[in-house]
Amino acid sequence: MERLNPMAVLVRNEPGVLARVAGLLARRGFNIHSLAVGETESPDVSRMSIVVSGDGAVREQAIKQLRRLVDVIRVTDLTGRPHVERGLALIKVAAPSERRSAIIELANIFRAAITHVDPGSMIVEVSGNRNKIEAMIDMMRPFGILEMVRTGQIVMARGQAALRVAGQSVPLAGDEPEPGQDQETNDNGIQYN
Amino acid sequence: MKNHSQRNHHPAPRPRHSGADAVIASLHAQGVEVIFGMVGGQIMPVYDALHRDGKLRHIIVGHEQGGAHMAEGFARATGKAGVVMTTSGPGATNLVTGLADAMMDSTPVVAITGQVPSHLLGNDDFQEADMRGITMPITKHNYQLTSPDQVAPVFAEAFHIAVSGRPGPVLIDLPKDVTVAQTDMAPAHGPRLAGGRGAVVKGHPMQIERALQLIKNCRQPVILAGGGVIHAEASAELKALAEYLDIPVTSTLMGLGNFPGDHPLSLGMPGMHGTGYANLALYNSDVLICLGCRLDDRVTGQLESFAPNAKLVHIDVDASEISKCLPAAVPIVGDAKPVLAALLAGAQAWESRPDFAAWHKVMATWRHKYPMGFRQKDGVILPQQAVQEIAALMGEEDIVVTGVGQHQMFTAQYYTFRRPRTLITSGGLGTMGFGLPAAIGAKVARPERRVVCIDGDGSFLMNVQELCTAVRYRIPVVVAVLKNYNLGMVRQWQHMFFEQRHSQSNLACPPYDQVAKAFGALGRRVERPEELAGSLRWAFEAAEAQQLPVVLDIMVDPEEAVLPMVPAGEPNINFIPCRVEER
Repeated sequence: MERLNPMAVLVRNEPGVLARVAGLLARRGFNIHSLAVGETESPDVSRMSIVVSGDGAVREQAIKQLRRLVDVIRVTDLTGRPHVERGLALIKVAAPSERRSAIIELANIFRAAITHVDPGSMIVEVSGNRNKIEAMIDMMRPFGILEMVRTGQIVMARGQAALRVAGQSVPLAGDEPEPGQDQETNDNGIQYN
Repeated sequence: MKNHSQRNHHPAPRPRHSGADAVIASLHAQGVEVIFGMVGGQIMPVYDALHRDGKLRHIIVGHEQGGAHMAEGFARATGKAGVVMTTSGPGATNLVTGLADAMMDSTPVVAITGQVPSHLLGNDDFQEADMRGITMPITKHNYQLTSPDQVAPVFAEAFHIAVSGRPGPVLIDLPKDVTVAQTDMAPAHGPRLAGGRGAVVKGHPMQIERALQLIKNCRQPVILAGGGVIHAEASAELKALAEYLDIPVTSTLMGLGNFPGDHPLSLGMPGMHGTGYANLALYNSDVLICLGCRLDDRVTGQLESFAPNAKLVHIDVDASEISKCLPAAVPIVGDAKPVLAALLAGAQAWESRPDFAAWHKVMATWRHKYPMGFRQKDGVILPQQAVQEIAALMGEEDIVVTGVGQHQMFTAQYYTFRRPRTLITSGGLGTMGFGLPAAIGAKVARPERRVVCIDGDGSFLMNVQELCTAVRYRIPVVVAVLKNYNLGMVRQWQHMFFEQRHSQSNLACPPYDQVAKAFGALGRRVERPEELAGSLRWAFEAAEAQQLPVVLDIMVDPEEAVLPMVPAGEPNINFIPCRVEER
């Protein structure tokens, strides 16, 4: 079944690592729904949140291919696991004075912020999971969206499990998955500590 | 006022040397003895350091692509990383085909390329090419250095990555300022970062036990053994397991030699030009043990009808190959050597062994019904015959290298490979022109062995310039060009699937014996079957006696097709069998 598969990926913070990951996924025909990258608490390590669309076999291949990259430290599959997912959108809507209050009312319902207002437009800042952001966009559409920008989704597992680099040093990729584990259970990207 | 006594407590400063010197020191630290390369502008500091050092053998190549294939030939003959070095821009981009070839066939190669100075990067400077970007998809990993302090740790890591796990090519791009600047870093011997990459992966005991249960209870097992067995140096373990359990073995093109081709349990090669009985055995298998093999389309044909009733036990050191093409019933991520040893140990603990006699009886009928063979023709040399005559002169450990095309398939079919690393061929990428330079690399690595390059006339021409290299360094390879004045494999396909429209597959090419002589090599034209054996004997003897390459231009029948053949995309059991003598 086609579905969206969020995964969290720790990578060595080396030049070109984004190109490596994006290039690999594109080259092997994976459909990247969203990709976000940023720093972590460790300066040597960046974290990517990647959402790939496809069925279970596609997801498994995507994870295995990512693990082949030398700069990839850990991959954790969040599909079907409790996790938090957040994205941000800035939506600039046409807002003549008579419509402002309607827009503000909707923004309040979505706990969105009005980050800018001028005589003809407003910028609404909304954060949340995909569904919430899309719902907000749908509600703004009738007012006339002048322009819009969205970030990729960032994802994190719930609970005390933490995706971290084991030990002090950054290990080379290839020590995962645990050798020989079942393909359904071979993900050990989440390290409990 | 300076306190001299206190200053003496400081450690003496490490001698400083240039990034280029660090490159040479790192190559020594990795045990490199020979580099294939071509000097040019931006790599000149490294060549200057090479000159200062004077202890590394360097072989000037005719063309950088040839250098990459030489490094591959060296690597495939030894298992060590082959090293190729070029300048920036065109020198570096000429490596692309060789690196892609090494990536597809999991060959450990370290490529060192010059680059324009860092401050000019991105300026479209003279001979600038973005090698990190260009080679990202065709290397296991690549680097562009920004400081001479990185040379030692990156070289150590690069060699480690090239040879460990599933081997592959690694490229290190060296901007000129990095090689000129000074560093006090000593060469590193190990990888800069700890990790599991170097460790031999043993395979999970639970999965090994599951595999044993499947084997114990099956009736029609087959082992499909690929190039991974050769990389893992697991031929002895493969033979021991196959013999103990009485399971037939079919070796892929990349795997030929991983199991003795003349062993009673050998089914030969599977797939598009494989034996009919190997394809039938695979189709009818109930347990398929796929060992260091990625189930390439040339092996499987139409996937769904490859081994439709088999439970797949897939053993590979690269987890991404497992369940990539076909879902594995038992996935074993591991190195072939310890996994095979564990399987054997497990089987030896059984009270009784399964009896596969009935299965062998069925396979014997297929062997009888679809034998390998060809019809002799009077007065013309058949390519299969030439391969057999060459095989008759070669020792068990001697090395055969091929180009790509009909001659390659005839070699795979009619040369009996008994030992690993005795066939060096371009499997995944199918690179015409691979043969001669790879043969040179193999002969440099193994000067004590006979090295023959069986080539086609189209393939040979693509890197013919390397004859110059072989003459210059007196590398006595023998090249047997099976000349049919055609791109034979293309012609065969046109004949069979394009209603005999031979579009652009007819080649007018020069007499290669004379080409060889012009390069300073030895050459002989061979036209008649009765000249073949004598000419081959002469070639091997003259090559060693004069320490020169020898080219035999052997006229073969252009009408001969490679059979058996599975038409592309069809089920493997729809193979067109060999046309053998009437029985």
